[in-house]
Amino acid sequence: MGAYLLRRLATNVLVFLLITVAIFWLVHKAPGDPIAMRIPADQLNSGSAEYIAQQRHALGLDRPVFVQYWFWLTNALQGDLGYSLLNGRPVTELLGERIGPTVELMLVGLVISLLVAFPLGILAARRKNSIWDYGTAVISLGSVSIPVFFLALIAIFLFTLRFQWLPSSGIADPANPSFVDSVRHLVLPAVILGIANTGTYLRYIRGSMITELGADYIRTAEAKGASPRRVVYRHALRNSLIPVLTVIASNMGQLLAGAVVIEQVFAWPGMGQLAVSSVNQHDYSVIVGFALLVAILVLVFNLLADVLYTVVDPRVRLR
Amino acid sequence: MTGIPAEPTAAVRGRTPWRTGLRRFRRHPLALASVVFLLLVIVAAVFARQISGFDPNAINLTHAREAPSGTHWLGTDPTGRDVFSRLLHAARVSLGVGLAAAALAVVLGSVLGSLAGLLGRWVDIVIMRLADIFLSFPTLVVIVVVAGMLGPSVPTMIIAIGAFQWPVCGRIVRGVTLSLREHEYLLAARAAGAGSGWLMIRHIIPAALPPICVAATFATAQAIGMEATFSFLGLGVQPPTASWGNMLTDAQSLTVIAGQPWLWLPPGIAVALTVLAVNFIGDGLRDAVDPRQS
Repeated sequence: MGAYLLRRLATNVLVFLLITVAIFWLVHKAPGDPIAMRIPADQLNSGSAEYIAQQRHALGLDRPVFVQYWFWLTNALQGDLGYSLLNGRPVTELLGERIGPTVELMLVGLVISLLVAFPLGILAARRKNSIWDYGTAVISLGSVSIPVFFLALIAIFLFTLRFQWLPSSGIADPANPSFVDSVRHLVLPAVILGIANTGTYLRYIRGSMITELGADYIRTAEAKGASPRRVVYRHALRNSLIPVLTVIASNMGQLLAGAVVIEQVFAWPGMGQLAVSSVNQHDYSVIVGFALLVAILVLVFNLLADVLYTVVDPRVRLR
Repeated sequence: MTGIPAEPTAAVRGRTPWRTGLRRFRRHPLALASVVFLLLVIVAAVFARQISGFDPNAINLTHAREAPSGTHWLGTDPTGRDVFSRLLHAARVSLGVGLAAAALAVVLGSVLGSLAGLLGRWVDIVIMRLADIFLSFPTLVVIVVVAGMLGPSVPTMIIAIGAFQWPVCGRIVRGVTLSLREHEYLLAARAAGAGSGWLMIRHIIPAALPPICVAATFATAQAIGMEATFSFLGLGVQPPTASWGNMLTDAQSLTVIAGQPWLWLPPGIAVALTVLAVNFIGDGLRDAVDPRQS
């Protein structure tokens, strides 16, 4: 198991390096002087030519491309992602204050989608080819087909404008913040994110449950007189969790992509909103920081999926 | 695999793989309805100018934000452009991007998948590991970076979607390749001196064609949805060219959502129905090609 995980870890590090090379190449292709991304805008504008030349040297920007890449990578890994071209604030700081809201949205969205996907997936698997199965198939197809932003606009139309139940913008009411108010702001974005991801999980849960329910040990359990409830929840569900956990971990990137769109529609102050507005304002250093952060997140969750797999399923360790 | 009877009876004689597939597909009412719907969308996209009768980009400020009427079937937008005309012209962009990106994904997937299956060993390990990683990487973030650094453009969007969707098709083709690899006719071809390229084009891809078609259909659906999302965020098709996604960008204000539904409901419904239809067709095709999978 150790060798297997070590190999996976090595692959992930290698892939991360390849991603950084790609990002660095894009930084080079982007218009403008890279020095502007590395020192705050006010220093760049007020600094003397000597000062800027000195900074350029200190940052390695007067060296060959490979050395520049090395400087850039080591700085980035130490948390120095440069400065926003727009307001001169450190990118690490800008991203840091946006991570919380995004993680909150993603976690609650994930929980909601699993709360819908598990009962429906189990139901569809138990009554395979029944009207319940077809119904959930249509639900899951709808969930993956209808674009998130359109669902979000419909939700705003219904629940904010028509019924006036829930707010549709921001994370809290600045005038009178309270716990209830935060929850009310979270409901629409999180539920839409949840609905958008339910379909993916639903399919995997159904498929995995059908495989397990057809296994020999299920017949043994039934033959021994275990109740259908016990057979489904104690025996089949537990084993079907293995592939589902892997899917959840490797779907984190898609969950994040959904969050990016939702943050934009609901003015949710997360990383996605920051990234999209940075694109529109050509704030390259923030985009680069965001991309590196997402790359790390995706690779860490991929690795986590591998670890989970080996921990939960002893058969994998033999490979 | 079932055995083929040596003497075909009358009932069996008409059963080519195509016909049985078609028969199974016709048993899928939603897939059939989807084919009809999609044909309508294609006709509307091709004859967009003739059907709508308006230039999609003609600005007319005296008729801005008009509600639907006999002249403007779906009303006009904030600059007085005809929404119905823009909707139909947007269909060209959305379908075009969807098909192009899916085609790229299928070609990449077929080549890489059959290479992985044929060559095996480290090539297989590397390609399949890449497939896992590409698939778990959100295309949206790739688009954010590429559009952010190089500026948004339709070709980059097509390449990004295609390049990050290939693993679905790649895995399928690899699976077919692995099951074919030990067949006698492949060994015979190899013995006759066929190289990997020949085996791929003459033997593997044709055998994998039915599942590839299914994967291509799902890839098209996904690509259409992605194009809409990216254009909605301002990272894809740029105005004044209309796309279903960027038509919704302007609807991001409460006054529009509440008071001018003709601006955001039609393009939203168009994407949702089109993607749904293509997915239903994919489902129907999958059942037609391999009923065991459903």
